[in-house]
Amino acid sequence: MSSVLPAPDISRALSRIAHEICERNNGASQITLLGIPTRGAHLALRLAQLIEKIEGSSIQVGTLDTTLFRDDLRLKAPRALMPTSIPSLGIENRTVILVDDVLYSGRTIRAALDALGDIGRPSRVQLAVLIDRGHRELPIRADFVGKNIPTSISQSVKVLLSETDGVDDVLISDGSPS
Amino acid sequence: MKHLLSIADISRSDAIKILDTATELARVSDTPMKKLPTLRGRTIVNLFAEDSTRTRISFEAAAKRLSADVINFSAKGSSVSKGESLKDTAQTLQAMGADAVIIRHGASGAPARLAACEWMSGAVINAGDGTHEHPSQALLDAFTIRKHLSQGREDLQGLRVAIVGDVLHSRVARSNVLLLTKLGAHVTLVAPPTLLPVGVESWPVAVSYDFDEVLESVDAVMMLRVQQERMSELFFPNAREYSRYFGLNTERLNALHPGAIVMHPGPMNRGLEITADSADSARSVIVEQVTNGVSVRMAILYLLLAGDTSIEAGL
Amino acid sequence: MSTEIKKTLIKGATLADGRVCDVLIEDGIVAAVAPSLSDTDAVNFDASSMILMSGLVDLHTHLREPGKEDSETVLSGSRAGVKGGYVALSAMANTSPVADTAGVVEQVYRLGKSAGLLDVFPIGAVTQGIEGKVLAEIGAMADSVARVRVFSDDGNCVSDPLVMRRALEYVKKFGGVIAQHAQEPSLTSGSQMNEGIVSATLGLKGWPAVAEEAIIARDVLLAEHVGSRLHICHLTTAGGVEIIRWAKARGINVTAEVTPHHLLLTDESARSYDPIFKVNPPLRTEADVMALRHGLADGTIDIVATDHAPHPGESKECEWQEAAFGMLGLEHALSIVAATMVETGLMDWAEVQNRMSIAPARIGGYGDHGRELAVGAPAHVTVINPKAPYRVDRDQLQSKSRNTPFHGMEFAARVVATFFHGEIVYQEGRGA
Repeated sequence: MSSVLPAPDISRALSRIAHEICERNNGASQITLLGIPTRGAHLALRLAQLIEKIEGSSIQVGTLDTTLFRDDLRLKAPRALMPTSIPSLGIENRTVILVDDVLYSGRTIRAALDALGDIGRPSRVQLAVLIDRGHRELPIRADFVGKNIPTSISQSVKVLLSETDGVDDVLISDGSPS
Repeated sequence: MKHLLSIADISRSDAIKILDTATELARVSDTPMKKLPTLRGRTIVNLFAEDSTRTRISFEAAAKRLSADVINFSAKGSSVSKGESLKDTAQTLQAMGADAVIIRHGASGAPARLAACEWMSGAVINAGDGTHEHPSQALLDAFTIRKHLSQGREDLQGLRVAIVGDVLHSRVARSNVLLLTKLGAHVTLVAPPTLLPVGVESWPVAVSYDFDEVLESVDAVMMLRVQQERMSELFFPNAREYSRYFGLNTERLNALHPGAIVMHPGPMNRGLEITADSADSARSVIVEQVTNGVSVRMAILYLLLAGDTSIEAGL
Repeated sequence: MSTEIKKTLIKGATLADGRVCDVLIEDGIVAAVAPSLSDTDAVNFDASSMILMSGLVDLHTHLREPGKEDSETVLSGSRAGVKGGYVALSAMANTSPVADTAGVVEQVYRLGKSAGLLDVFPIGAVTQGIEGKVLAEIGAMADSVARVRVFSDDGNCVSDPLVMRRALEYVKKFGGVIAQHAQEPSLTSGSQMNEGIVSATLGLKGWPAVAEEAIIARDVLLAEHVGSRLHICHLTTAGGVEIIRWAKARGINVTAEVTPHHLLLTDESARSYDPIFKVNPPLRTEADVMALRHGLADGTIDIVATDHAPHPGESKECEWQEAAFGMLGLEHALSIVAATMVETGLMDWAEVQNRMSIAPARIGGYGDHGRELAVGAPAHVTVINPKAPYRVDRDQLQSKSRNTPFHGMEFAARVVATFFHGEIVYQEGRGA
C-alpha cells in the first residue's frame, strides 16, 4: 500500500474545499452538509468546523445513510443501517452538499439522491469528495474534489481518518489478483 | 439468519442489531414518502391461519413500506382438513415464488415445520405459533422499553419488568422472557399458580403470585390478555376474582413508581386484566407499541430479505 | 415355500444361556439340541457367532386390519414382524370395526393364518366400541376360534373404575387378563407430549406422568381386591415402575410392558416439532428412561412389547397437533433392546429371551411359544447377529407405513433369520 495523500495534504485539501464551498454558494447560510457514513460523516463535520471558522456562524450539518437505497443489496450479506440525521432546518429549499470520502462508480451518490428525494426537495444538490478515483458507471460528477487519483479497477483506495482509524491518510494498494 | 422462528435462535447482538435497524427505519414514517425501494421485487406472503387483524396489518404495512409485494393468504378454511393443509399450502407458496412467508398458526411449531421441510425454500417468519412464541412482538416490546427506559444504553441491563397474566397459554410471554433476559432485564412473572407452566422453575425469571408486592419495584408492567374461555377450563373461578388479584386497576397503577410504563400486546379485555383508565393513562405506551411494531417488522424484513443471507456477516 | 424342507441343522449357534450348540429341526419341531450334531439329510444353517433364542413374541401390535389397511394389513404386519424376529403378534382391538365380537376376532385370526408367516393372536376389546362404558362380549371372544385371553381397550383407557372392576372380575372365568392403557382422560384432554420443561418451552399441551400413575395405582389395588390378573401396557414413568414394584412385593398379580422407543428416546426429541416423535403415551425424561431400563433389567417390568403403530404419510407430514400418535416398532425392537440393555451391560441374552419371548408367551397364554428350544416344542426360533451394524432406512421397511423415529440411527445387533414351525419365514438378504 502506498500513501497518495498524507495527513498534511488532507488538511489542505479540506481547507480548500471549505473555501470553494463558501465561494460557490455565496456564503454558508443556505447550505446543509450531509455526510455519508461512516467516513463521509466525519469529513462533513470537519468541513462544517472549517466553514464555521471562515464564515463566523454555525453551519447545518448531519448524516445521510444510503444503505436502503443501494442497488446491490442482494449481492452481499445484509448490512447494518447507519444513522441518518437531518439538521434542524431540514433540506427543503436548501442547498444540500453531500460529503463522501471516495467517489468511484457513482452508485452510492445515486442512492443518496434517492434517499434525499424521500426526505424532501432541496433547491440544489452538490457533491464534495476527498478522492475521485474515476471509473464512473453512472453520469455523476463531484463539484468539490480533494484530489483526483487515476486508478485501475484492480487497485483499491483506502481513506483513513483519525476519528475511525487513528490516523489520517489515503492509501492505494497495487492490484493483486485476489 | 435465514428465518425468524424463535427468540431462542437469536443471539444478543442480533437482537440489538434488529432494534438498532428499527430505530433508523422508524424515521421513514416521518418522511413524506413513507416508502423505501429496498425490497422491491420481493414477494412476501402473509399466511394467517389464525385470526389476527392487528399483526397481519402491521406486517403488511412493514412490507409495503419497503416496496415488497404482499399477498394475503388466509388458510383458515382449509386448516380443518387434517394433514394436507400445511404441506399443500407450502407447495403452493413455493410455486408462487414467495421469497418469505409470514405465518401465524394455531399449532405450536408450525413455522418450524415449514422452515425445516423441503416443500418451500423462502424465509419463514413466525408471527405467532400456538402457545409457543411471537418473536416480533417481543422485539417490539423490547424496542419500546429501550426507547423509554434505557437512557441511551443499547440493551435493557438492570431494568425490571413484570409480565402479568395467563403465562401458561401466552406465546408473547415466552418470547419476552427469552428476549428481555437476553438483553439483561430482570423479569418477574405474576399469575395464579394455575396459569404458570410446569417447568417454569427452569426459566431465568422470578415468579410471584402477588401482584401488589411486585408493583412497587418494576420499571415496566406488561399485561397479558386473559381469555374468557379459561374460566370454563377451571383455571380460575370467575372474572371478578381474577381482576381483583391480577387486574391492573387505578390503585395499582398509582402504586407504580413515576417513570414506570404500562404495556399490553393487545387486544385488551378492558375491565378484565386492565381497566380503561389504566389502558388510557399517561404511563400507557400501548398505542405506541403498535407504531413501533411496524418499524420493528420492517427491520426484520430488511435483515432477512435485503441481503444475501447465505453470506455470514453476523446476522 | 416351494420345496418341502423337512430337516434343518442349525450349526454352531450360541444359545441364550451361553452354550454353543447345534439344533436339529425336523418336521417343524425341535428334534435335538447338543454341542455337536450331524445329519446328512439336513440342510445346514451356519449360525456361528450368532445368538439363537426362542422366537420373539409381541404382546402389543397394531395391525390396522380391518379398517385402516392403507397403513398396515395383517400380511404386511406379519412381514414386518418376522423381519424383526417375531413369531407371534397380538393384534390390538382398536380396529374399524373394533374387535369387540367373536366375528371380528375370528376374522383377524383367519387373516393371520392365511398370511402364514407367524401366529397372530387377536386381542379382544374390554368394552363395546372401546368406549369404556359397557363390557364387550368377552366370553364369546374367549370361546371363539381365536381363543382370546388378552383383553384391552388400548388406544383408550378403561377409566371408569366400576367398569374396570367388572372386567377384572369377569375374565377370572377363563383365566384371562385385562391389559390397561393407563391414561386418566380428564388430565390429558388435548395433551400432545410429556408435561415438563420441554413442553413448557415448546408451547405444547402437557401429558403429566401422574395421569398414567394414578390409573396404575388404582388398577393394581382393584386387581388385588378382586383377585384377578392385570397387565399394564407401555409403562413410561419412573413413578409407574415404583408402583409396579410395590404391587409385586405385595403379591399382586400384575405384569407390565415397556416399548423399545421408551427405552431409547426422550421428550427432547420433540424440540424439532417433528411429529415422527409423537406417541401415546409420550416420550418422557432421561430419568424415566433410566428407571425403565433398570425396571426391565430387574424384572419389575416383565416384557418388551412394541406397540407397533403404523400411520400413513399424511398423518405425520403436518404440524404436531394435527399428527397421529404412534411409531413403528416391529422391525427394530430387538436391535434397540440390544443397544439399550445388552450393550450397556444391564441384561444378558438369556434375560432378553425371557423379556421378549418366554414372559410374553406366558402372559398371553400362548402355549406353543416361549418354550426355550425344548426338544419336542414347535421350532419357533430367532437368529440374531449381535455384531452386524446397520443404519435404519425408512424407505427399506416391510411395513406399509414409514413412521419410524429411528430413521438414520445405527444399531449393532440385528435379526438375521426367523424360523416359524421350522420354516425360514425371514432371512436377511433373501426377498422376504
